[in-house]
Amino acid sequence: MVRRSKYVALAEVLPPFIVGVAMLAVWEAACRVFAVPSYLFPAPSAIAHSIVVDVPGLMRALWSTLRVALIALGLATAIGSLVAFLFVQNKLIERCFFPYAVILQVTPIVAIAPLIIILVKNTQIALIICATIIAIFPIISNTTIGLRSIDAGHQDLFAINHATRWHNLVLLRIPSALPFFFAGLRIASGLSLIGAVVAEFVAGTGGQSAGLAYEILQAGFQLDIPRMFAGLFLITVTGIALFLVMVGFSKLALGRWHDSEMERENG
Amino acid sequence: MTARQLANGSTERTRENDQRKRWNVPSAEQATDRALLQLAGISKRFSNGLVALEGVDLSVGPGEFVTLLGPSGCGKSTLLRVIAGLASPSNGRFDWPQSNHDGDGKPGRSLGFVFQEPTLLPWRTVADNVYLPLQLAGKRKGDVQDRIVEALAQVGLSRFVDAYPRELSGGMKMRVSIARALLTNPHVLLMDEPFAALDEITRTKLNNDLLELFARKHLTVIFVTHSVYESVFLSSRIVVMSARPGRVSAEIAIDVPYPRAEEYRMSPTYNDCCRRVSDALRRAMAETPFVSD
Repeated sequence: MVRRSKYVALAEVLPPFIVGVAMLAVWEAACRVFAVPSYLFPAPSAIAHSIVVDVPGLMRALWSTLRVALIALGLATAIGSLVAFLFVQNKLIERCFFPYAVILQVTPIVAIAPLIIILVKNTQIALIICATIIAIFPIISNTTIGLRSIDAGHQDLFAINHATRWHNLVLLRIPSALPFFFAGLRIASGLSLIGAVVAEFVAGTGGQSAGLAYEILQAGFQLDIPRMFAGLFLITVTGIALFLVMVGFSKLALGRWHDSEMERENG
Repeated sequence: MTARQLANGSTERTRENDQRKRWNVPSAEQATDRALLQLAGISKRFSNGLVALEGVDLSVGPGEFVTLLGPSGCGKSTLLRVIAGLASPSNGRFDWPQSNHDGDGKPGRSLGFVFQEPTLLPWRTVADNVYLPLQLAGKRKGDVQDRIVEALAQVGLSRFVDAYPRELSGGMKMRVSIARALLTNPHVLLMDEPFAALDEITRTKLNNDLLELFARKHLTVIFVTHSVYESVFLSSRIVVMSARPGRVSAEIAIDVPYPRAEEYRMSPTYNDCCRRVSDALRRAMAETPFVSD
């Protein structure tokens, strides 16, 4: 059983890995054969080199961005879930406020980020606000749908047994909403990172708390293109890592019972 | 009420009889006086104007197996929901003569309801699903562990205590649902087409098992189905309903003693009863005005 699942995992990871390696090889070869200057389009080896020479600097920048993204994700999860709970308590509340949640979603963050940065004195807080705004919508909408989509039969079952409002919430509504919530969380995790990076670009703050976006900007100004790519690479890797952590949370919570986390026997 | 009394339905019944003597209530042998449940002139009109039930009279005595039989749309499920308190009647009286009334004047009855779907919570194990009614009643799991195990043993699922619903077959899920409904030792077990979605073989097996439980636990059952054969096999009395509006068209007693088993299914009596019930059902359908949907 264990052996089989290990084999399956390998079979899943190996093909994309091979594709990745092949692409890097072609990229590297093309850069060398056509002698593309690294200030136009750096080879993978040049990018790797620029990461290696300034690990502490890049890691400090990465941590700065990641911290903003994580705080924003936490805030978005907490506030978003709370808003969803309010929405399901009362249809009127939802009708009053849902359009504004949509407005929050469709307004481009790049357009309102400068405003927030002007209004909020502390840049770090301004960045967190921007990232939270962009990450909160999937949490609100998914959790609201989840809290609402309760099986009619389950509701009857709880009514027959004279369940209290509290029991209804804790034993029925919240567990029913979890799959929806986690789907929202996956989307929100990526968005929080995008929000943090975009806000940093707009804010353009350097100094101790400079994030990866600032490093990319600076590298651009100095025509240090390999370092730009290095920053981009680190952001991508961080995004993937965040996504995988969320998938892990989801597996942990839904593991044995939900179809989305189940492997089909004859898949 | 202690768990022990709950676990032993007969204790409760004896206590009720004692109370009857003390309060000097005549324990008449007439069915109406002994009724567990009495409905008089029950009507139900939905907000869209549809009349689901009109003037339904029904009385169910302890130990009866009453089946509501009728075409779809005859309001048999609605009637069951009214009895369960999941829907309120627009008109008519509706009483549980034998149960004590609580502070709000509502009868303090205990009901088990088996729905058309198994309605198991997918995030809970089989044991936790069965535990749910007692959890909602404020019982700690440690105190009722024995009863959960026993309830699952009764439906033959001892090996699946820790399984999740998605790992069970349709018939097994329905068994869990029945075990859950029986855990509280309800006065009345209400079943709304519980086996309709199952295949014929599983259905026959579950019918046999249900009658076995019915006899062993001295249950009172109100069962909804649209299968003549199922109703004749299970019931002590069949209430045939007609549609638009839903009302009682005929009542047929099936005077075949329990236990009933496979021989009964093959017997001429069973055939005869099926024919009588089918005729009654046909007459009930004829009463239904043609309405284009």
